[in-house]
Parts: sequence; structure tokens; C-alpha cells
Amino acid sequence: MKLNRRKNIIAEWRGSELIGYWLLRLSLLLVLIILGFIIFDIFSKGIGVINWEFITAAPRVGMTEGGIFPAIIGTFYVTIITVAFAVPLGVAAAIYLNEYAIQGTFTRLVRMSLRNLAGVPSIVFGLFGMAVFVKLFGFGPSLIAAGFTLGLLTLPVTVTAAEEALITVPRAYRAGSFALGATRWQVVRTVVLPRAIPGILTGTILGLARAAGETAPILATGAAFFLPYLPDSIKSQFMALPYHLFIMSTQHHALAIVRPIAYGTALVLVTLVCILNLAAVLLRKRYRDRVAKGL
Amino acid sequence: MRSITEKIMRVIFWLSGIAIIVFLTGILFTLLSNSIPAFTEIGIKPFFIEGLWRPGAYGEPTYSINNFIVGTFMVTLGALAFAVPLGVAAAAYLSEIASPWERELFKPIVEVLAGIPSVVLGFIGLVVLAPLIAKLFGIPSGINALNGAILVGIMALPTIITLAEDAITAVPSDYRHASLALGGTRWQTIWKVTIPAAFSGITAATMLGMGRAIGETMTVLMVTGNMIARPSSFLDSVRTLSANIAIDIGDVVFGSIHFHALFVVGLVLFLITFIINLLADILIHRKPEVNK
Repeated sequence: MKLNRRKNIIAEWRGSELIGYWLLRLSLLLVLIILGFIIFDIFSKGIGVINWEFITAAPRVGMTEGGIFPAIIGTFYVTIITVAFAVPLGVAAAIYLNEYAIQGTFTRLVRMSLRNLAGVPSIVFGLFGMAVFVKLFGFGPSLIAAGFTLGLLTLPVTVTAAEEALITVPRAYRAGSFALGATRWQVVRTVVLPRAIPGILTGTILGLARAAGETAPILATGAAFFLPYLPDSIKSQFMALPYHLFIMSTQHHALAIVRPIAYGTALVLVTLVCILNLAAVLLRKRYRDRVAKGL
Repeated sequence: MRSITEKIMRVIFWLSGIAIIVFLTGILFTLLSNSIPAFTEIGIKPFFIEGLWRPGAYGEPTYSINNFIVGTFMVTLGALAFAVPLGVAAAAYLSEIASPWERELFKPIVEVLAGIPSVVLGFIGLVVLAPLIAKLFGIPSGINALNGAILVGIMALPTIITLAEDAITAVPSDYRHASLALGGTRWQTIWKVTIPAAFSGITAATMLGMGRAIGETMTVLMVTGNMIARPSSFLDSVRTLSANIAIDIGDVVFGSIHFHALFVVGLVLFLITFIINLLADILIHRKPEVNK
């Protein structure tokens, strides 16, 4: 059925119908052109700035020279904390929803909360992080406060990915293990989780990408304008790539002079996020294909 | 021993499930409890009557978010005005016309668009779109609501395309075959049968896109100019609810009325997006129209 529908597509569109065909086709092309343009603009204007010093040196002379090393390191640290918070919790919640809970009103409520959590504006996470992690818990503006804030924001991504991975493990595997006398935790630990690893990894990478690109939640929870040193504990403030780009394009005293640095920062950030997202997409495709083949 | 481990793990997983509900209600509770001092000091009404946001004004600080609500909806509706038709058309192409290899290639690319950080889009808006808008309309600066609307629309596109494509793909093939068998052309089938059949899914996609647009912070903060005055056209500078929080959050005095007023803004933002997401959720998860 489906194959027939796809055959000779152009031939089926005749005369004035072709206008409609091209209308839809050009819509998709326009979206791709917008994306292509953004990537091209950043790449072509940012590549000239990128060199060894830019990647490995700290900003100098009032941030008009030097590199973005502290921002790269800061983003690295904060995303590690984010993932350390969001992945175990997200996987555990997914295991609860998929392996332990009896499906009913309560699981529906959890799932609904999860979807609404995904829709909470990022700046509201920032407010929450400032009130709870920075003030109430007394972390102060720090890596850990920002990491936890981003962790909450990332949680729906990791739970959803983990759940999708758990669902793809065939029911028969569980039934077989239960029949052999295994307990539920043994089944989860030895049968279900090992097969769900690629899916959980996908969720982890997507979470990393999401956390690395967010700016609003870290504005008041730990990101710093400029630090002459690298963070040395989880209580330190930090510089971050997206926040650095924000500063270099709107807050710096000599915007025109630092424009190339802004482009360079944007290029590093976009490259990082795109590589992570692409890796997640490819990984997911691989295990979906595997599942589709019934392996 | 084994049964103790069993019980401990059961409790751990159960707590993780509960944690998600706790986080969402915790956010709402934090916003509410921090808003209350502002409500008792200022009242609820002054936030919504016509006026300006002047928390630092001598003598009589005012906290009206009226203009920010206008600004937020201008940017959001402007964004949806082009992102919805464009996104649905692209989704229809992907679902109904594209060959399998095109879909394999283009869908991940759309996901890449979803991954571009909002601060990067804001940067593009500053350095590329703003000069373009200024030149096109012959105005001194292209930092305005139009710029924000275009970028936020771009930002909402992946959400709309992905969800609309799911909705259109989910329309049973019988519908299409029936339409074609009755002599309908391909275009008539898509325009008059498939898309209307996917209407509730497309509406849900629009609403989730809208939720994203309303909550979007960095892009609008960077490209809309953030004036507190009431805008009169898309070529005016506007400030949105989210941008207002981002602007003030950096140097607000902890525990001041201004501090608590920011949580009121956050609460309003939370409630608007919450209601929109909830409606979209109901639309997506209700029984498909096919079964009626």
C-alpha cells in the first residue's frame, strides 16, 4: 500500500496541482535554508578566530583578546553536574513508570507532571534555582546550584529517552526471567537495563546538549561575567559558553571590537551542541533499527 | 537479604516517580510563596492595570506588567503567524510527499534546528536580522518586536513540524484511498482530507509551539530592545515577561519587594504556559477522531 503511494509521485501531480506540490516542498526547503544560513553565517565568520590560543587561553585585556578556555571548562563542569543529577534520577523514574508501577491514575499524574515540567519556561527554572538552590539550600551562586537547576530542566529529556528505551525491551524477556524465579529488581538489573543502555545513553547526550546551550537558568545561579581563574570546587562560580556569547554580543563595553570573539564563541557552542545532538540522533536510529529487526 | 534489597529498590524507584510531581509542585509552590509578600505589600491589581514597571522609582515604585503581557503576546502571535503555516506545510510534505530517503535525511536536520541554543539565535538576530530589518523598513534600528517574532518563530518551527508530522502520519491510509478513489486529486486529498483529519494534532502542535514561544527568554532579551513602554506596532521595541525577569534577576536585592515582584512575573508566566501545555496535552491524548 505504502509503496504504491510513493511511486511516481511527480507524475501524479499534474497541471495546477503542481503549484500545491511546490508550495509544500518549498516550505520544507525554506526551513532547511534558514537552518543552513544560520550554520553557514556562524561558521564562515567564526572559523577565522578559531586557533589554539582561542581554545586554550583565558580572556585578556578586558576580554577583547585571548581565548574562551574558562567558558569551555565551565560549561563542561556544569553539564557534568547536570547529567550526574538528571540521568540517575531520570532512569530511576522511568524504571518506576515502566517496570514497577501499576498503570493508573497515579502514573498518569506523574507523566502529566513530566510533560508540564518540560513546558516550564527556562527563566522560571532560573527563578526557582535562585530561590531554592542559591538561597534556601545556601549553595550561593555556584556550579552546583546551576547544575541542579539545569538538571531539573533536563529531567524530562532523560526520563522520556529512558522510558522509550525500556519499552523496546520485549515483554517476553521479562516473562522468561520471572518464570526462572528472578525477582523484579534482578530482572531490571540483569535483563532490562543492559538492553536499554543505548537508549539511556541517547537521553544522556540529549541532556548534555540541552544543558550546554541554556543561558537563562544560569543567569542568577552561578554564571559569571569574567573570572581570572578556573572553578576549583562545586561551590565556585563559573564562566559558561552560552553566557559568554550573551555577554560578548550585548553587555561588553566595546561590542564592535569583540564581535569576532562572539562569532568564535558561537561557533564553538554550535559545534558542540550539534555534534552532541547528531550523535544522539544516530545512536537512536541505530537501536531503533535493531529493535525493528527484532534483534 | 534478597527481599530487603528488593524492598529498598522498590522504594527508591517509587520515590523517583514521586520526585517528578514534587518538582513541578515545588516550582509552583516556590513561585507562590515568594509572590505572597509582593501581593500583601502591593496588592494583585497594580500588577495588571495600565502602567509601567518602575521598581526603582523614587517614592512611588510601580510594578505593572501590563505592557509585558502585550509584548509577550505580540512576539508570540507574530511568531506563530508564519511558523504555523510554514511548519504544517513542511510537515505535510514530509509525511505525504517526501520519499523515504528524504524523510531519513530531513527529519534529523529539523532536530538539529531544535538544538540550536536560543542565545545563538539571539546573536544572529542582532548581527544579521536587525540590520536587515532596519534597512528594509528604513528605520534606525531593527531591534524590535518583529525581529523577536521572526526568531521565536524559527525557534518554534521544529516543535510544530515534528508534532504536526506525527499527527498527519497518524491519519489512517483509508482516508486517503477513499478520497483518491472518489476522484480527488493529490492536492485535494492533502488539503481537504488529510490535514482536516489531523486537525486536533496540528492544534496541539501549535499550542506546544506557542508554549515554547511564550517562555523563550534569551532570544527575545537580545533582539526586542526591552523598552518598558507600551508598543504600538511591530516596529516598536517591546519587553516580554520572560525578558523582564532575566533583566532584573542579576542585581535585584534579595528579599526586597522588587525581588518578590519578579516571582509574580514568574508565576504569571508559569500559569500561562501551564494552561497552554495542559490544553495541548488533553488534545494529544484524547481518543483519535477516527474512532468516533
